[in-house]
Amino acid sequence: MIVASLAFYMFAIVLVGAAVMVISAKNPVHSVLFLILAFFNSAGLFVLLGAEFLAMILVVVYVGAVAVLFLFVVMMLDISFTELRQGFLQYLPLGGLVALIFLAELLLVLGGFAISPQAGTRLVSPMPTPETLSNTHALGQIIYTHYVYFFQAAGMILLVAMIGAIVLTHRKRTGVRRQNISEQIARRPSDSVEVRKVQTGSGV
Amino acid sequence: MLEIGLAHYLTLAAILFTLGVFGIFVNRKNVIIILMSIELLLLSVNINLVAFSANLGDLVGQVFSLFVLTVAAAEAAIGLAILVVYFRNRGSIYVDDINVMKG
Repeated sequence: MIVASLAFYMFAIVLVGAAVMVISAKNPVHSVLFLILAFFNSAGLFVLLGAEFLAMILVVVYVGAVAVLFLFVVMMLDISFTELRQGFLQYLPLGGLVALIFLAELLLVLGGFAISPQAGTRLVSPMPTPETLSNTHALGQIIYTHYVYFFQAAGMILLVAMIGAIVLTHRKRTGVRRQNISEQIARRPSDSVEVRKVQTGSGV
Repeated sequence: MLEIGLAHYLTLAAILFTLGVFGIFVNRKNVIIILMSIELLLLSVNINLVAFSANLGDLVGQVFSLFVLTVAAAEAAIGLAILVVYFRNRGSIYVDDINVMKG
């Protein structure tokens, strides 16, 4: 029990520290690296909560794809980031005040919050015990049955996002030599070879 | 204090959410950091969903969290694509410049 508690505090503290560094690091590359650290630590928290499939998804999809995408874009855009940080100190006091009020409100709401005792009796899909069915297996059983339309919709969203990203960033380049098969096959000697009568000593 | 319950996870998620909102306020000029702050917000929401799911013993929270992850990935891809196109056209990602469509 105490190991789980200590693990929670370790993951939570590193997560919050990494999140602070994400929004305050001078170099955006460092921000992305701290974002990756934050994702890893929340994956650890998910494992502590018994959601090991989501933890794996977080590591594979977020660290492996989204964060690396951020890293690509940050390194690809050649921007001087110092001038982008100019308003940092200007917005710090008011933003900090609003954030503190917001956090206080959230914590107040949480303080007066309790789960109704009847909530445990009307679960939509109760979690199986880990001895009978693993988390991944149980998730698969309900995603592919009760939530199959949502699953398909998620796939459509990803497809649309992929097409949108390709359409947005694709550009036609000029001056690139491409193969045009039909044109190449239709080419005849008469189109490209010209026989000229050259007079002796004068050149073409 | 040592017994980790739902309240601990909810507090952590609240702190993370506040940090995300604060990041949007403070880094008003840098779109990349704003996108990363949005990722932090979605991460905190996911922590909330999974914490409730584990606490109530109901798997639906984890299913919903999976869909939130999907939408977050799509949002990041589209946002970064728009950013790249904007940078190609304008040569900067300065947020204050993004007002050319203003009437």
